[in-house]
Amino acid sequence: MTNPNPFPAAAAARCATPEVLRERGQREVFCGLTSIVWLHRKLQDAFFLVVGSRTCAHLIQSAAGVMIFAEPRFGTAILTDRDLAGLADANDELDRVCVTLLERRPDVRTLFLVGSCPSEVIKLDLAKAAERLNARLFPRVRVVSYSGSGIETTFTQGEDNALRALVPSMVDDDAKQLLVVGCLADVVEDQFRRIFHALGVGPVRFLPARRAAELAGVGRNTFVLAAQPFVGETVRALVARGATLVQAPYPLGAEGTSAWLAAAAAAWSVPGERLGEVVQPLEERARAALSHHHARLAGRSVFFMPDSQLEIPLARFLHRELGMRPLEIGTPYLDRQLVAAELAMLPAEALLSEGQDVERQLDRVRAAQPDLTVCGLGLANPLEAEGLATKWSIELVFSPIQGYDQAGDLAELFARPLARRALLARADGISPGRTIADAVSAPDRRAA
Amino acid sequence: MQLTLWTYEGPPHVGAMRIAASMRGVHYVLHAPQGDTYADLLFTMIARQDRRPPVSYTTFQARDLGGDTAELVKKTVAAAYERFAPEAMLVGESCTAELIQDQAGTLAQSMALPIPVVPLELPAYSKKEHWGAAETLYHLVRTVLADRVPAPGTPRAARAPGRRPRANLLGPTVLGFRCRDDVAEITKLLDALGIEVNAVVPLGASVADIRRLPDADFNVDLYPEVSRTTASWLERAFAMPYTRIVPMGAAATDELVAEVAALADVDAGDLLDGAARRTRARWYARSVDSTYLTGKRVFVFGDASHAIAAARIAAEEMGFTVVGLGTYSRELARDVREAAKRHGVEALVTDDYLEVEQAIAAAAPELVLGTQMERHIAKRLGIACAVISTPIHVQDVPARYSPVFGYEGANVLFDSWVHPLMMGLEEHLLAMFREDFEFHDAAPASHLHAPARVAASTEAPATAPVTTPVTAAPAVPSSAPAQAPKWTADGEQELKKIPFFVRAKARRNTERFAQERGLALITVDTLYEAKAHFGR
Repeated sequence: MTNPNPFPAAAAARCATPEVLRERGQREVFCGLTSIVWLHRKLQDAFFLVVGSRTCAHLIQSAAGVMIFAEPRFGTAILTDRDLAGLADANDELDRVCVTLLERRPDVRTLFLVGSCPSEVIKLDLAKAAERLNARLFPRVRVVSYSGSGIETTFTQGEDNALRALVPSMVDDDAKQLLVVGCLADVVEDQFRRIFHALGVGPVRFLPARRAAELAGVGRNTFVLAAQPFVGETVRALVARGATLVQAPYPLGAEGTSAWLAAAAAAWSVPGERLGEVVQPLEERARAALSHHHARLAGRSVFFMPDSQLEIPLARFLHRELGMRPLEIGTPYLDRQLVAAELAMLPAEALLSEGQDVERQLDRVRAAQPDLTVCGLGLANPLEAEGLATKWSIELVFSPIQGYDQAGDLAELFARPLARRALLARADGISPGRTIADAVSAPDRRAA
Repeated sequence: MQLTLWTYEGPPHVGAMRIAASMRGVHYVLHAPQGDTYADLLFTMIARQDRRPPVSYTTFQARDLGGDTAELVKKTVAAAYERFAPEAMLVGESCTAELIQDQAGTLAQSMALPIPVVPLELPAYSKKEHWGAAETLYHLVRTVLADRVPAPGTPRAARAPGRRPRANLLGPTVLGFRCRDDVAEITKLLDALGIEVNAVVPLGASVADIRRLPDADFNVDLYPEVSRTTASWLERAFAMPYTRIVPMGAAATDELVAEVAALADVDAGDLLDGAARRTRARWYARSVDSTYLTGKRVFVFGDASHAIAAARIAAEEMGFTVVGLGTYSRELARDVREAAKRHGVEALVTDDYLEVEQAIAAAAPELVLGTQMERHIAKRLGIACAVISTPIHVQDVPARYSPVFGYEGANVLFDSWVHPLMMGLEEHLLAMFREDFEFHDAAPASHLHAPARVAASTEAPATAPVTTPVTAAPAVPSSAPAQAPKWTADGEQELKKIPFFVRAKARRNTERFAQERGLALITVDTLYEAKAHFGR
């Protein structure tokens, strides 16, 4: 049943651009600072110092669910009136804060200075600051800078900027290697490592590495395989260093994972037979796991509000492997180069939208009455109260969802809200179509 | 520049959002970049609100900065008015918009909308959430009541004979601490006194409710952090008196009853005479089962009003010993300092989470009464904790009725402070049978599910991945001479037989005892001599 590599031809045939609705208005999307929430767990000897306002600090702790980690490897240097009064003093202050911080955290090997909206607007030059600090601190600590500001980046673009900031530190290395780009859960990374080894693809390096000392090199024989659809700038910076981008769909679902691995295998000229031997049993296992959720999801409609840029590959997965019907696929930012192979696999009737005008988009949600709406935490409960089932999108960024052995878990994330509603409807007699607020007396609703 | 890991308060515009989100028919247009919409999830997730906060964001981007961001403000105001048809509008800026100086509020006012438009100037680089909430409520109330303010010096008309006295409840907000239930509890209390609630503002209020504020005889200033500015303006403008007591705890509730009875000119005698019986907490504290609570060391930190009230309850109604009292509310720091003096401790006024952590570790309390932040500090140090103040998390917005104000509030506080502690008899067993497989050091109280994961003592946060000041803090005061006394092996062994929740204190006291006497070695005898010296 498995044709291990059916995609490049299909992608070439459908490269004609699908129509895209471009929206400009209020965005209900996090800014790039938010990716620090997972980056700081992945990079075990790095510290992320946001140079920004109290709002930035409040944003990250709120997005992180308020205080999950007692001693986080991130913090905010909060600008005060005094810093705004004179930039020279602000630079001195920043140096002081960094030195204090590093004294407190002698385990830190990479310090990221992260620009924010206010630091960009007052033109505080963090690249210069990094240079200045490196003169004092390198090689014990490497200081790099990038922007996670909301005026320039959305949500996952923060990770892209952070990884791109590491590229200049990568040494020249012309040996043949596979470089997998984009944060993956450790467990997923280990699974892929084993599969690549079985395929004879390697050496395999990951960007980001878990520790600073493990940072890969890059050169003309580096093949770059993106693990996430939002690492476009990093990929282009690597290509500028001589690397080759391996185009592939993303490793979400059985089909996506096979196609992703196949693209890497092709770059290593792995014989089709060998690929089949390694991949087929894993793919079958993944399909078996997916089959548990098929009945719950097949034929159901799904609406993606823009959030993490994972929307396009997720819609492809839900459509092709679980038979769902994507109505609208919103993405905060469409990087055509990175999703070329994905776009070719989307159903023609789904509306693709880029950017956001949240009120107009919610009008479309209400008109379409999707069976499932994938959206951020600010919208989920209000939509549930209107009677619409939702899936919080942030869980899709915080959970291991890539690879064969997570395909079932990924499907379950979408099936769970529907299963839950069915369960509760049985218990309290509310039919799934009625709104909870209609059926339950809600004093809070009257109060506020 | 201030290095911050966690912040107690959000920026001032989040305070303004709390006012808007608490009310009906009020819309807030916020000039802000992408990302600031994060604040929506505080309302929809932590408070589980079933609607989005009524806020429209302009979402300007870098490429707009060279162009016309002011036009974007006007467009957003017009669109919000069109779509939401609010009765009043707040217009302001977040931290970044403040820097580009579009004067969003003034722009909106110039559009001559047929509703009150309140421009908000909330300096994001010097002020914080509570201040923003207080300022927003004040400006909104002032704007809506502008044409009702009488000439200065006009005395209040006397209450018509036969009309029930009326009071406003000021200050409850969404994301405040237990506001929903406190309002219900205080309303019941006033009703028992024959006093009618005229308006509750801002929680659940409409613009019309604000218009009606002067129809009341006086204001109950429930949450001074949010409503003191407004209450004091209403006093100046309308000669409306307001209450000074925060009715948290049985005694404070008695005092509020007396205070409002005087303002309303009603007799509180019946209510106060029955009050002691009404408050189960008073009896529970006196029941012999509670003996073991005597002198338990408590560290209190929170917003000023809740922290002051909690410390008083701890000392006077629970029989605890307050070993630390602090606040992140600089605006009301003076009140906290005065309260701390009454408890014989130095007030900790800071919004630096690490400083609070250090102070808690050094004080070695048995119970922490704090915010969501202190919950984490306490968990890490292996100390029992109950939350008494914002900032809160989703578990601090319970489904059940659970006020902290009024007589029922006193009952709720008794339960929620005692629950995290080990029960009295269990403590004794632990002290007697040190080697028992169930009653050993690291075992949690038997009625709590979660096993204590931390080596439960302030003396050894050894699992912490890095050197934090906390590790160094507890044992020796910084003024100590270099040659600190050493523990002999059997002294150290004996120390381990002391229950973990008092061990840090025993260690500290013994070392101080030895140091003061110039002893170089601490033996078993030194330990017991110190114990006899300090007593408990």
